[in-house]
Amino acid sequence: MAASKTLGESLREHGVSRRGFLKFCAATASMMALPPSMGPVIAAALEKARRPSVIWLSFQECTGCTESLTRSHSPTVEDLIFDVISLDYHHTLQVAAGAQAEAAREQAMKENHGEYLLVVDGSLPGPNMNPGYSTIAGISNYEMLKEAVAGAKAIVAVGTCAAFGGLPAAAPNPTGAVSVLDIVKDKPVINVPGCPPVPMVITGVLAQYLVFGKLPELDEYHRPKAFFGQSIHDRCYRRPFYDKGLFAESFDDEGARKGWCLYRLGCKGPSTYNACATMRWNSGTSWPVESGHPCLGCSEPKFWDAGGFYVPLSAPLGSPGSTLLAAGVTGAVVGGVAAALAKKRATTAAAEREPVTVEELEQKL
Amino acid sequence: MSDPMGFLLWVKGPGLNWALAIFALGMLVRIVEIFMLGRKTNYAEPKGGEWGPGFKTILTRSVADPGTFARAPFNVVVGWIWHIGFLITLLLFIPHIELFRGVLGIAWPGLPNPVVDAVTAITILALVATLVHRLQHPVKKRISTPEDYLVWTVTFLPLLTGYLAYHRLVNPYPLILGLHILSVNLFLVVFPFTKLTHVFTAFIARWYNGAIFGRKGVES
Amino acid sequence: MSELTLERGLNALRAEIDAPVAAFFSSCVHCGICATACPFYTETGDAKYTPILKLEPLRLVWESEFTLWGRIKSSLGLSRKVTDEMLAEWEELLYDSCSMCGRCSIVCPVGNDLQYMIRKTREGMVASGHAPEGLIGAAGRAIRTGSPMGLQWKTLDVQIKHVEGSTGLEVPVDKAGAEYLVLLSSMEIINFPEYLEAITKIFDHAGVKWTLSTDCFEATNAGIQIGSKDIAAELVERVVSAATKLNVKNVISPECGHAYTAIRWEGPNLIGRSYPFRVFHIIEVLDDLRASGRLQTEGKETDRLSMHDPCNLARKSGVIQQQRNLMDLVAENFVDLKEHGKYQWCCGAGGGVSSNERAEPLKMAAFKRKKAQIEEVEPERMVTMCATCRTQLEEGLEEFNMDIPVVGLTEMIADHLVEKGPPRG
Repeated sequence: MAASKTLGESLREHGVSRRGFLKFCAATASMMALPPSMGPVIAAALEKARRPSVIWLSFQECTGCTESLTRSHSPTVEDLIFDVISLDYHHTLQVAAGAQAEAAREQAMKENHGEYLLVVDGSLPGPNMNPGYSTIAGISNYEMLKEAVAGAKAIVAVGTCAAFGGLPAAAPNPTGAVSVLDIVKDKPVINVPGCPPVPMVITGVLAQYLVFGKLPELDEYHRPKAFFGQSIHDRCYRRPFYDKGLFAESFDDEGARKGWCLYRLGCKGPSTYNACATMRWNSGTSWPVESGHPCLGCSEPKFWDAGGFYVPLSAPLGSPGSTLLAAGVTGAVVGGVAAALAKKRATTAAAEREPVTVEELEQKL
Repeated sequence: MSDPMGFLLWVKGPGLNWALAIFALGMLVRIVEIFMLGRKTNYAEPKGGEWGPGFKTILTRSVADPGTFARAPFNVVVGWIWHIGFLITLLLFIPHIELFRGVLGIAWPGLPNPVVDAVTAITILALVATLVHRLQHPVKKRISTPEDYLVWTVTFLPLLTGYLAYHRLVNPYPLILGLHILSVNLFLVVFPFTKLTHVFTAFIARWYNGAIFGRKGVES
Repeated sequence: MSELTLERGLNALRAEIDAPVAAFFSSCVHCGICATACPFYTETGDAKYTPILKLEPLRLVWESEFTLWGRIKSSLGLSRKVTDEMLAEWEELLYDSCSMCGRCSIVCPVGNDLQYMIRKTREGMVASGHAPEGLIGAAGRAIRTGSPMGLQWKTLDVQIKHVEGSTGLEVPVDKAGAEYLVLLSSMEIINFPEYLEAITKIFDHAGVKWTLSTDCFEATNAGIQIGSKDIAAELVERVVSAATKLNVKNVISPECGHAYTAIRWEGPNLIGRSYPFRVFHIIEVLDDLRASGRLQTEGKETDRLSMHDPCNLARKSGVIQQQRNLMDLVAENFVDLKEHGKYQWCCGAGGGVSSNERAEPLKMAAFKRKKAQIEEVEPERMVTMCATCRTQLEEGLEEFNMDIPVVGLTEMIADHLVEKGPPRG
């Protein structure tokens, strides 16, 4: 569906009051840590926003990111936002299927060439992998992505799978799964990781792009600093317990019931950058730590292979205990051989020793 | 750095594994090299035992006699401070205890984080003082080799990077935590080839010392 | 006849490496505390006299030949080689500035027995031809004449006659089956003849069956001082031979330091077997007599007395309380030096230093540590149990114009013996 109405027109059509709309813009401004004066700016921009085309490609994914997206709160306004971004292709939300769906995608891409926003969730098998691992309408993920990227203005990789490879890329990575950034080198890419990402983070990033028309400030992993610039640890309400050294040592022990820090139960909060601790989930109801479960670190690359969800951050990966043992035994054997050889030299030296005599000593006088 | 998380996972995965392997191999080589040399039979009539005095010296040699304390107060006092501080930081900080649980399968009670933090700060200052002392004291200056300064560095870096990581003074956190673990890997790799072996061999040396003197009837 | 070479020296060092040596060198952390225990460093301030530095030749051999890592370093040309030049440079460090007093061994925080290793390193110095002239002379005289000072029995005989004359007692010679074979030191015979008279009186008083031996009277061991186990073994064999021939149960080492450690601790290992007799220092024997009530004394010295413990007796052999028991017997105003017994300070002359004329200035410098100890306590006289220490104390005190006479403990005991009635039977 092509973009015809402005967002403002569309909203009025749907009976959204001016007041309701401004409230949303104010909330969006504050969510992006912008000053209140930006509220009217956002309102003005959204008012005039034409419905840009958005193509959403889903590759090796679990649909969790889409599920998260649809939990974005203040649903009425978001639904309208989505009515207004012309979401021209999305497996879960679209009505069409089969050849018609693909035809709609191709048409949108053609009509909005160079202008559409490409959203990707799920990882994809790398270019040298068997394309049959993941296909849509007989087209490999890789081919589809390349074609879509060619006409995209920018790409948003939603979810840890699209951003970093995620679960399919976890050891042993049977499909040779890679991330969007592994493939796309010549177009702007925003990573919105999380497994899944916080609902309002997805919509917030899209809204920010709609309003400002340019990429937000990104970190080294191409994640918007507005949402991924603070670690969980630095925003965690249980931080005072960490600082005091009060830890839960097992689930449901005294410390756990008192809400103490979950570091010893495997919380990856210190090394995880996301908005969970501030924005929280289910319209701000709670988030994993608040519910008593350690942070999985799901917005970080390779979090599936980072040691274990219930293994503390400071614990080593792999089995160093057996390394120590094996290396120790090898060392003992090597040392034994070396020492035996050295000792042999010494005993030979002692055996071949000529006793010193006073005559020899006096030679040196 | 473009992939701090990847860096962190490497240093605490393969990096640490290799470091531990080199450490264990090197240390066992050295220990076996020591013990296999053995001692010649001692035909002199003993005046005392060896085992008791040997073990006693392992303990008593940690405490300087009053005369030595008066003549080398810096060595004795600062030596105690930084060694004990280092051990507290290494062994009684809860995240480290979890590390040991992961490597050795055993854990023990720790101290509150703020206490360890204060101890670490003191230890860092004490270690810097030892470097200055080594550079200035005539005896230490004379007998020190480049290895002494290398060892100081690889001992200092884990404390410094650990402090920086705990206080999150360097961003992002995976980078500084990775640097901390990397500095520990470096420490482990350097360990068996330098005077750091004294961590284990000093107990052997003290035992022999106590044994030799004890056999001659000299109290440890 | 072959000659002493670097290779023989290196070989000798190799033969000295054992597990303690390896543990010690693996543990040294270059803290420098050993220097604070060495009077040659504390009284000169020259850091080259740091004890662990003296051991560098031995350490290099150990590292480059007895450790895998050291062998790798060596093959890559990354480690210093022990050369004749190095050993020549180290001669002063190992002989002139070290009395093997062992104080470094008891303060080292990681437990290094540096003195143990100094003794071993001297083996390499000897075998490579880097020992001092004075010690070579002493060794030559000891081997050829039996005495490092060239003293002969006939000189001793004169003394024996003198003692018999003035005491009216017999000095037993070559008496088979005696309980004790008594050895003497040439230094004692020459400088402190009162020792022989004292033990003659004491043994008669206590009813001890003793004897001298014409086959061997010398207790001192120039081989130990120079650091040659070959020479040392030969000298010990003479003692063993004499003691065995006379079938004695015990051998007494006189008021000397190194003579005791030589015969008590090193001797059996030099000859590769245990003795068929036991070995004691005269002070041990005297204390034993005191403890079993065989010494009756009267009167006490009233002046303020302090004591110098010979290193080889106290720190290196554990004979510490015995001399104090004996002092209690005959002195009412005895005060210990602040650091005494195991932690006492070396007089500076032992371990061959006094036989090394070249080392005279260093020896006197080191003495200043002892001088400071004495000044702290302000005794009127000093008591000691080693002829070398006694000579050094006398010379040192004189050098620094301190009017403090030095006396031997044995003679002091003898002076207070209760006169027994006429001999029975």
